[in-house]
Amino acid sequence: MSKPDQVDTNEYTNRNCQNTRYLRNWTAAWVVTMAITAFGPRFIWEFQTLITVISVVINLAFGFGMLLANRRYLRGLDEMQQRIMFDAMGLSLGVGLVVGLSYELLEDIKLITFQPEIAHLVIIMCLTYLGGIIAGQRKFQ
Amino acid sequence: MKNRLKVLRAERDWTQAQLASALDVSRQTINAIEKGKFDPSLPLAFKAARLFKMAIEEIFQDEVNDEA
Repeated sequence: MSKPDQVDTNEYTNRNCQNTRYLRNWTAAWVVTMAITAFGPRFIWEFQTLITVISVVINLAFGFGMLLANRRYLRGLDEMQQRIMFDAMGLSLGVGLVVGLSYELLEDIKLITFQPEIAHLVIIMCLTYLGGIIAGQRKFQ
Repeated sequence: MKNRLKVLRAERDWTQAQLASALDVSRQTINAIEKGKFDPSLPLAFKAARLFKMAIEEIFQDEVNDEA
């Protein structure tokens, strides 16, 4: 029987690398357009409504592009890697929901004096997602 | 679920990376399957069976049957 690498070498790895680069590029573009949308009105075009609206629309378009790139990335993974991602996303969603609602409640019941920021929740969810992926990789190691 | 993937691979002198490439999965997935930490889906099990030209139950065995 011939060695399997003679048939098809590293196709999975190549596809995965290509999808990762694709996702990285879309994410970088989305972050840049987000920064432009956040700081542009104040520092570049002095709150001109039309330019701001165009900037928001472009940012949303790149956001959807990033979502599609993420879907392509996830579909390109093999079944074990998809399982790890699925578990990590479930954990991240659960933690985001529970912590997010509790965090919002803290201000209502006067346990914190500052306004809860959505960015804090995003950071918690990202860290949980990262932790979930690491835990999943270790579980199947 | 037990499997003979490691033995079959060694008999053919294949590396995990070569088997992973033939089955279109990552090397980590082959490692996890060989160690019994991850059970492959039915399509992947059939793919392995086709690659080794064996019946699926000759590669993968249900551990419950052995205990009974």
